[in-house]
Amino acid sequence: MERAQLFELPVDGLSRFRLVHLRGELGSDDLARVATTFCCDPVHGWWEMVDAPGQATPTQGQRQIETGLRPGVTDREGAELVRAANEAGLSVDAATIGTRWIVAGELSEYQLEQLAARVLHNEVIERWAKGQLQPSFVGSLSGSPDTSTIAVRGLDADGLAKVNALRRLGLDPQEMQVISDHFTDLDRDPSDAELETLAQTWSEHCAHKTFRAHITVTEPDGSTTEVDGLLKSYLRAATDTIDAPWVRSAFVDNAGIVQFDDEWDIALKAETHNHPSALEPFGGSNTGVGGVVRDILGVSAKPISVSDILCFGPEDVEPRELPEGVLHPKRIREGVVAGVGDYGNKIGVPNIAGAIVHDPRYTTTPLVFAGCIGLLPNGSNPTNAAPGDAIVVLGGAVGRDGVGGATFSSQTMGAETADVAGSSVQIGDPIVEKGLIDVVLQARDEKLYTAITDCGAGGLSSAVGEMAETLGARVDLATVPLKYAGLAPWEVWLSEAQERMVLAAPDPAPLLELAKRWSVDAAVIGTFTGDGRLTVVDGEDTVIDIDCAFLHDGRPKRRMKATVVADRPRPRLDSFRVGDPVGDLLKLLSHPSIRSNEDVVRTFDHEIMGGTVVRPYGGPHGDGPADGTTQIPPGTTSGRAMTVGIGVNALMGELDSYAMAWHVIDEAVRNAVLGGADPDQLSLLDNFAWGKPTNPETLGQIVAACRACHDAALHFNAPFVSGKDSLYNEFVRPDGSADPVAPTLVITAVGLVDNPAVVPLTGVVRPGNDVWLVGSESGSLGGSHYETIRRDLVAGGAGPVAQPNTDALVTHRAVAALIGAGQVESGHDIAEGGLAVAAAEWAFAGRIGLQLDASVISGDPHVLFGEGSTRYLLEVAPENAASMEAVPGAQKIGVTTATDTVVIGPVSLSLADIESAYRGHIQ
Amino acid sequence: MSRPRILIPIALGTNRDNDLADAFRLAGGDPETVPIADLRNGVRRMSDYQILAVPGGFSYGDALGAGRLLGLDLMGWFGDQLRTAVDAGKPIFGVCNGFQALVRTGLLPGDDAPAGTATLAENQSGRFECRWVSMAPSPASVWTAELTESLRCPVAHGEGQFVAANLQTLTERDGVVLRYEGGGYPHNPNGSAGDVAGVTDATGLVLGLMPHPENHIHQWQDPLRGRAPSGNCLPLFEAGIRAA
Repeated sequence: MERAQLFELPVDGLSRFRLVHLRGELGSDDLARVATTFCCDPVHGWWEMVDAPGQATPTQGQRQIETGLRPGVTDREGAELVRAANEAGLSVDAATIGTRWIVAGELSEYQLEQLAARVLHNEVIERWAKGQLQPSFVGSLSGSPDTSTIAVRGLDADGLAKVNALRRLGLDPQEMQVISDHFTDLDRDPSDAELETLAQTWSEHCAHKTFRAHITVTEPDGSTTEVDGLLKSYLRAATDTIDAPWVRSAFVDNAGIVQFDDEWDIALKAETHNHPSALEPFGGSNTGVGGVVRDILGVSAKPISVSDILCFGPEDVEPRELPEGVLHPKRIREGVVAGVGDYGNKIGVPNIAGAIVHDPRYTTTPLVFAGCIGLLPNGSNPTNAAPGDAIVVLGGAVGRDGVGGATFSSQTMGAETADVAGSSVQIGDPIVEKGLIDVVLQARDEKLYTAITDCGAGGLSSAVGEMAETLGARVDLATVPLKYAGLAPWEVWLSEAQERMVLAAPDPAPLLELAKRWSVDAAVIGTFTGDGRLTVVDGEDTVIDIDCAFLHDGRPKRRMKATVVADRPRPRLDSFRVGDPVGDLLKLLSHPSIRSNEDVVRTFDHEIMGGTVVRPYGGPHGDGPADGTTQIPPGTTSGRAMTVGIGVNALMGELDSYAMAWHVIDEAVRNAVLGGADPDQLSLLDNFAWGKPTNPETLGQIVAACRACHDAALHFNAPFVSGKDSLYNEFVRPDGSADPVAPTLVITAVGLVDNPAVVPLTGVVRPGNDVWLVGSESGSLGGSHYETIRRDLVAGGAGPVAQPNTDALVTHRAVAALIGAGQVESGHDIAEGGLAVAAAEWAFAGRIGLQLDASVISGDPHVLFGEGSTRYLLEVAPENAASMEAVPGAQKIGVTTATDTVVIGPVSLSLADIESAYRGHIQ
Repeated sequence: MSRPRILIPIALGTNRDNDLADAFRLAGGDPETVPIADLRNGVRRMSDYQILAVPGGFSYGDALGAGRLLGLDLMGWFGDQLRTAVDAGKPIFGVCNGFQALVRTGLLPGDDAPAGTATLAENQSGRFECRWVSMAPSPASVWTAELTESLRCPVAHGEGQFVAANLQTLTERDGVVLRYEGGGYPHNPNGSAGDVAGVTDATGLVLGLMPHPENHIHQWQDPLRGRAPSGNCLPLFEAGIRAA
């Protein structure tokens, strides 16, 4: 209803009924049995036949819309109904679940169609009809089951560009040329499957072409620098230089691996799932979580936590201002949140960390970052597949889902993307993935496989392709389990099923037996050969026969140009009138990127596995924001914990990408330190989300951010162990203009906590303690949240972005040492909204008053609301003042009080005022 | 005394099996997680165990209603063994999805209410809720008989609103052995009438509850540590072990 009103549709009433479509030899008694045994709740459920008049029949003035899943979209309910009915001796051979909507209101036909199309269904995964919708049972598809040959030899650049566009390959012109030359040398044209495999393997998504490209950088002073790969020159270079003893594997596998204790390692990975989430928010974020969990399983680790950082447009955007093809931010947020929760909750992995950011530059290009941490015995991920090993595929059967996911996510989006790329988005099936986890972990412990990887974007093509890189492989597609007949061989090879792993097994029999015991499908689909060729057949027909060396190393290195723009002059505003600091503080506390997300977090299970020590929301009422979140990995016995700190900022990147990257790294480190981490044993994950890197200024921002990552990693002695870049986050409007995303870098810092018992609590703990400020008492307003709420006063900007603190580590170490000594009762990170927001949140979280000294905390907005790095508020008992005085840059700024008043220098407000601003939007 | 053996059946989608096993192990039992296929084909039998504990999760993805298909599995493949177990006085425990499944089998609320007269409906808030709750125990079950203090632990469910045609009968025989404390949402996270968190059958052997006591067996798990007393749930599991 609410959403219908958003589109100004005159809907007076909307009733929803569940439709169960069945196919099979069923008499009326059988139907009644199916309905009562499986379909309705015994206490308050009821049922009727769909074509008989009844409660779900529209009356005078009402209209009927039915929606249902498109054929081939994951339909677990339908599948379970078939299974259970068959177990009960009822011959149901197909079932699918749909929805009937009875609509009341004076709607025109056009408005009714708008309601169906924009509110009641999602084009990408569902169909709709007025009146009755014919159910689409999964049977067989019509289509071209043969392999065809694509002519690429002898074509000029235009001809190659046409092939590239027609098949949506997303390749560069020089890459098309290299492919054409290669097949000219072979004296034949490629098959569709060969061309698609090359396109997937060489996609931005899989090959990280921009991050590996040779870049000529024009510096602000006009000089040029040659950069031989951002990944190599900055991110990996930092990791190599640091050479941290706890890093076991960085950048080479599906996930980074670091040592946890003498028995266990942890695997770390963070992914993006932006394009799919823009089109089908639930499915996009759902499969985003599924994908990153699978990455962790792909290094033989048990997934033990997930995290999510979500970036959306403002929720009050006028629907009519949205370009066609763009979903409203409210709908995206609702769907994304539900998708994250559904997957994590069902797979049984606690969601312990996250953030939600709102900014207008995410309206057409929302971002979804999903992270996962896994646990594995020291050095237990095998990577020694040998010729003769069987190729075993575990998990869901192959359908036409997510075909072309990798090439799709490497291109910009436009209004038509939802139509063209419909099959590139899928709904996850966490239940199948949960089964996969159980099987893989037991198989790991029994040493039943010699290598493993997941089928992500690119499906079997990328999974088998990667594993066969040095060995070569032969696969028979006729042995791949299919959801339905009618798929072309290249589709079977490329389909991105969510819940599928590929393993190398010297003896597949015990692995297949184990899978059967856990009700997980498994099949042997081929063999690793040792001949260095990728050979794929479909029964008698050869589908692919290419040289692995060409597939993996044949791609010409991309050459790109970047321009690093000098900082735009933004004079610091030394003295401008502070209108109403209390009003500004309340406005900041209810800022969409600052206010409580507790309502979202409570829909995620953050308790399962029983290891959670610091939750996302804590304090006596469980509603105060924590900083780092901390977990004791289940099954470990060393007493250690790990903590996750996240840094993200949407506002600074456009102004100064270099400074922004330093700040978010410092923020992630601060959060980890407050979660109990030892700052000398941190590991970092990077996630870049930017617009089109073919724009030199955009690439210049990325270069600057990579340089900051390098410099900050070296300063903190914290290696990057894995990362992900998501580029081309631009929405192209029908008139050709582009909305680029806010330049966004998400940093995840994972730290080790030697003594979880001394981790500071969330929220102020008791009255009568001292409040210490660590770090500068003022920050910068350029790129701050204050700037976004005071556009009136600060037209032209509120001054420059805070410069990086290149002397931060000594402060983080000193704070961590005090925490380790058990002297910090609680603390809070000073980040979004500055010191005043941090103090208000912290006091509210603990329901304890504060009295912060006006001689330090002046009314200058730089002091109250300025943002910068390496700043903490700490609560310390008066008897520990001496140790605080030894902390560089620490000063006592006040005390905690047995009142419900929070005094921050000149600002005074009650805990109740803070509560209504910070979480008044939550029912 | 030997450690009682606890059978923890797992279906596709069960996910709090390890948490439950940890709790029974810490309480002095010998838990074993068993794929339901092993029960079906007789590889494992209830007669070899002293306690049945049905864990939380999303068995079969909650398809067709939370716990429904698992309940049908348990009755279809395992019903005789279940009835024999109850007759032999073996304690049975169902948590969250396990509670939902036990209600679907008719074992709960028990013989004074035939299967199909009680259910766990969608939370009143309409969403999945993960938060800590406090529960007041009463002694009509072997699991809660000796509890004197409130228990505190998290809930994590979307369908936990207990609805029973015979709630009054159930209440009169003290079948409601765990009630949410604090009054109203969010202390009662799902809107169950009478703040019902857990119920027992007429024998007192079968306990089903929505919250997850298996996630509060260590002091450090408590989000209120350092601020308030704890309500550790280990005594619940120890009571079951003693009764076995």
